Amino acid sequence: MQLWLIPILPLAGFVINGLFGRRFSKAIVNTIAIGGVVLAFAWVLKTLLGLGAMDSVYIERYFTWIQSGSLHIGCDFAVDRLTAVMLLVVTGVGSVIHIYAIGYMAHEGGYYRFFAYMNLFMFFMLVLVLAANFLLLFVGWEGVGLCSYLLIGFYFDKQFATNAGNKAFIVNRIGDFGFSLAMFLIFVNFGSLDFGSVFHQAPSASTELLTTIGLLLLVGACGKSAQLPLYVWLPDAMAGPTPVSALIHAATMVTAGVYMTSRSWPIYVHAPPAMDAIAIVGIATAFFAASIGLVQNDIKKVFAYSTVSQLGYMFVGVGCGAFSAGIWHLVTHAFFKALLFLGAGSVIHALSGEQDLRNMGGLRGKIPWTFWTMMCAAVAIAGVPPFSGFFSKDAILLAAYHHAPWMYWLGVVTAGMTAFYVFRAMFLTFFGSYRGHEHPHESPPVMWIPLAILAALSLVGGLLFKIPDFLQTSFPAQEVPENPSLMPISVAFGLIGIFVAWLMYVARPAMADSLASAFKILYTTLYNKYFVDEIYDATIVKPVVGGSRWVLWKGADAGLIDGSVNGVGTLAQSVGGVLRRLQSGNIRSYATWVLFGSVLAIVAIAIASTLPLGGLQ
Amino acid sequence: MMTQVPISWFLTLSAILFALGVAGFLFRRSIITVFMSIELMLNAVNLSFVTFSYQNKSIDGHLYAFFVMVVAAAEAAVGLAIILTIFKNRSTLNIDDIESMKN
Repeated sequence: MQLWLIPILPLAGFVINGLFGRRFSKAIVNTIAIGGVVLAFAWVLKTLLGLGAMDSVYIERYFTWIQSGSLHIGCDFAVDRLTAVMLLVVTGVGSVIHIYAIGYMAHEGGYYRFFAYMNLFMFFMLVLVLAANFLLLFVGWEGVGLCSYLLIGFYFDKQFATNAGNKAFIVNRIGDFGFSLAMFLIFVNFGSLDFGSVFHQAPSASTELLTTIGLLLLVGACGKSAQLPLYVWLPDAMAGPTPVSALIHAATMVTAGVYMTSRSWPIYVHAPPAMDAIAIVGIATAFFAASIGLVQNDIKKVFAYSTVSQLGYMFVGVGCGAFSAGIWHLVTHAFFKALLFLGAGSVIHALSGEQDLRNMGGLRGKIPWTFWTMMCAAVAIAGVPPFSGFFSKDAILLAAYHHAPWMYWLGVVTAGMTAFYVFRAMFLTFFGSYRGHEHPHESPPVMWIPLAILAALSLVGGLLFKIPDFLQTSFPAQEVPENPSLMPISVAFGLIGIFVAWLMYVARPAMADSLASAFKILYTTLYNKYFVDEIYDATIVKPVVGGSRWVLWKGADAGLIDGSVNGVGTLAQSVGGVLRRLQSGNIRSYATWVLFGSVLAIVAIAIASTLPLGGLQ
Repeated sequence: MMTQVPISWFLTLSAILFALGVAGFLFRRSIITVFMSIELMLNAVNLSFVTFSYQNKSIDGHLYAFFVMVVAAAEAAVGLAIILTIFKNRSTLNIDDIESMKN
């Protein structure tokens, strides 16, 4: 089926634009970049249609990548139903966002560089989802991390952007460390990194081993998917251009952890403690990030914390054994969160770079397309039936209730907060009176048509794409009893959230400030994101930097290593300085030394011959 | 039969000649004199070689003496050539003025 064409097409776009893009006009750069991704999407469609029902895994083996002892790693791609879903999301949403980026990036410098990186990202993301073994998945995993770093730091002349890029890269290293250890453990115990072989042997392994592997994989997933305690990089990642936030930091890359843990379900189902850990990390992250999102003033920060929170939901789904529900939320989230980010980008574009919610307001009539499309995403994420987020979130919450009721209750409270912060952002942006100074203008069609496509998907995505039914054969069957009484509760929480937001920001605008001053400590804590960055800085970053600087650099490197090397040099120099005086150039002084030396030698021999040892004989 | 001259006389003479050579080498400034002092030292050594050869009734000492003479002849040829060149270039034979190998 030529699966290799899927990732190669964007890679070709990257190579062409990356090498020659500087000399191309924008139209050519667009054609190459968009063409690569759209063709990949088309090829995905053709492949999936050709594969039919996909009841078994379809594998294409290309070549042996690493052969060393018993380690055999092939460059193999595999497609099953889970991969099919991911391929469609990545290339589909990716195409839409690429098209949008034409309009958004129109006035930015480094145009070709942006599209080259985006294409490279698509390549690595497609390798990640197509990979048929852990190591190839890891290649994609690291590659998307690299592209994320490059695109967060796209405005590299700004200090905060490069810092944010570094932060993302370094925090992800911690996760990758866990992932690497998991791969070593898998190879040592199963003798292979192939999904098929590993998952075939997994049921016969001990629970302890599988739990260890599962927890280490979870560490990797926490880094990539921005879960507690490694989520800190994602909010800062908003320093990149908005299409990047939508594509990489909302729709695709950050969901790689969810994909990877779902892909590894044969390991997890035999490791209940690891599953519990996933669920607890997920629900804690969901609640924690949503509470921070309540009070943020930067429109992209609100959606960034929302992304962290929604990823937490997906982890809850995976951790509760409802893998298909987690993937379902991944898909719907890709629609509505990409739309929210692109909409936010459209607002920022309209206001010529303004991101602060306090300087917006009343934009409803001025940028109607943006308003209406974002409204679709807002109702979808708030869980209003029958829009997409409602279905997937409800499936996860149902599984959570079945797993542990307290998770369900925390989940619905989070759902209420989600509805609140999204509508708070909407009301502050589009309602009331305009508080800014820029003259707002509606975005061009190349931007709002992608918004409209995503809006349609956000509205009907849940009804159209019944992912759990499609993935029924991919995951172990899970008996979740129908519980019709739960659905109204979560819907009610969502509606309450919307109502409170309306009350506080439309009906009585003064209420928000009075509440903030009434609960000053709570507000300050939330506004400062629980001081997590400061705590990490004080407990981890400062000691590591200080230790590196004073102990390793100044102490070990400059003191010990440089000191001993320079010491040897200085010693030779000073000894030479003394010996230099012997070479006076005066022949008679040399002769004197020779005489002196020979007399000394004769005397020494004479003394030695009188010693009791019997001299030289 | 002639009264034998004691061995120690030869050796003492050799030591005196060698010491004269050393003294000349150390204290004279003219390169020619220094050069002659070296020859003197070589011949002093030759004398002790031959003496020991005579005393030990062995041919080895003679052999060494001839070797030393051959080397000394070669050295004299090369050394005089060097001295001539030095004089041509510097118009001096004072050994203390020739110190370009310094530093």
